[in-house]
Amino acid sequence: MIGIIDYGAGNLHSVLKAIDRLDYQTKLITKPSDHDETITKLILPGVGNAKVAMNVLNETGLANYIKEAVASGTPLLGICLGMQLLLETSEEGNVECLGLIKGSVPEFKETVEKVPHMGWNQVKDVQNHFLFNQIPQHSDFYFVHSFYANPTEQKDVLGVTDYGYDFASVIGNEQVMGVQFHPEKSGKYGIQLLDNYCK
Amino acid sequence: MLRKRIVPAIDVLNDKAVKYVQFRNPTIIGDPAELGRKYTEDGADELIYLDTTASLKNQDLKLEWIQKVAEQVYIPFSVIGGVRTIDDFKRLLRAGADKVGVNSAAVKRPELLREAAEIYGKQCVVLGLDAMPIYNEDEEIIRWEVYTHSGHEKTGMDIVEWAQQATELGAGEIICTSIHKDGMKNGYDIELIKLLSEKVNVPIIASGGAGKLEHIEEVFAEGHADAALVASMIHYGDYTITEIKSYLQEKNINVRI
Repeated sequence: MIGIIDYGAGNLHSVLKAIDRLDYQTKLITKPSDHDETITKLILPGVGNAKVAMNVLNETGLANYIKEAVASGTPLLGICLGMQLLLETSEEGNVECLGLIKGSVPEFKETVEKVPHMGWNQVKDVQNHFLFNQIPQHSDFYFVHSFYANPTEQKDVLGVTDYGYDFASVIGNEQVMGVQFHPEKSGKYGIQLLDNYCK
Repeated sequence: MLRKRIVPAIDVLNDKAVKYVQFRNPTIIGDPAELGRKYTEDGADELIYLDTTASLKNQDLKLEWIQKVAEQVYIPFSVIGGVRTIDDFKRLLRAGADKVGVNSAAVKRPELLREAAEIYGKQCVVLGLDAMPIYNEDEEIIRWEVYTHSGHEKTGMDIVEWAQQATELGAGEIICTSIHKDGMKNGYDIELIKLLSEKVNVPIIASGGAGKLEHIEEVFAEGHADAALVASMIHYGDYTITEIKSYLQEKNINVRI
């Protein structure tokens, strides 16, 4: 069972439907007590504002729930804002995030390209990882974001995307993974990536 | 590198996809989700649903078709039309829309853009901009003015000033429609799109006027648009999205094939 963290602001409907269609069972987690032992993997989706999202995660106890689940070995996939929340801090509202991956979340420099970075762009995988199984190198994925993850350690960067400069579009450290794009909105390769994670 | 986007626009009345002939006499052309799926398979990068349902009584119906689109379409889609409040944003996003567009309501109360961006992020706040040129005595365009209420009401506001104010408040993308070009099939308003692309730092979706493949190439190459909205070109079966993209690729426009 895939647990999908519901913190109100996220657009989780499409993530939920994509995973349902892949024939995995899902359960929405809106509070820590929604957890049960059938949940083997977690997804933290997201569209929204980092500060608002962290406030909700902290107030509902979901922030601690996520940290404890990861500490006990449960895999976690952050999507878009959900990926950014995996890092230590975000410049979006200067908020402290989950701190599951070392680094920060800066904003794109407007002098380089338009902000938000919105549309289809290519992901270059810089490390072999099971998330990329059956997905060709440089495949297009759909991005919508103004901030991006900047992991401190290069080993946590799994894939990069060029938007004026290369930024980390796929990150991972053991059971914690994150993708900046929306796999649920990226056509067949996006669905493949979700399948790779849920397997 | 970021691709240039081809974005089909689908008009929706109640819960049906419709075609308008000269902005009236809607005829049903299918189901919004089915049509969206068809265009996705044909290579659409994103979809825009223009909800033309006027009646407030149809709110639940509206959420149903949006949910169905979200279930069946695996590319992003925006819903535009009739959005007035933050609560409208919430309901449409929860139903599965990726972005919500506002036009008249933002002109009436610009703070709506800021409020929506603060809660949901500016990337899902789309500003609908309807423009009409203002000419001098020599019939040269001196500026463009903002219109609201589907092009029926003149605001007196300058297009560039409003676009800049709106993006500062929280609009993360602009769909710019040239009212005088819309439905004419003689090309996008290149000058206007170029001007907006220079003056604001969010993606611009050019709308209104596409009739031939050359028009789309032109709005990317000369107008510097980030995305091109297509409607009648594809709805009437004149072109497929695959054909449009093959043509653009030949012309060295960076599109996703």
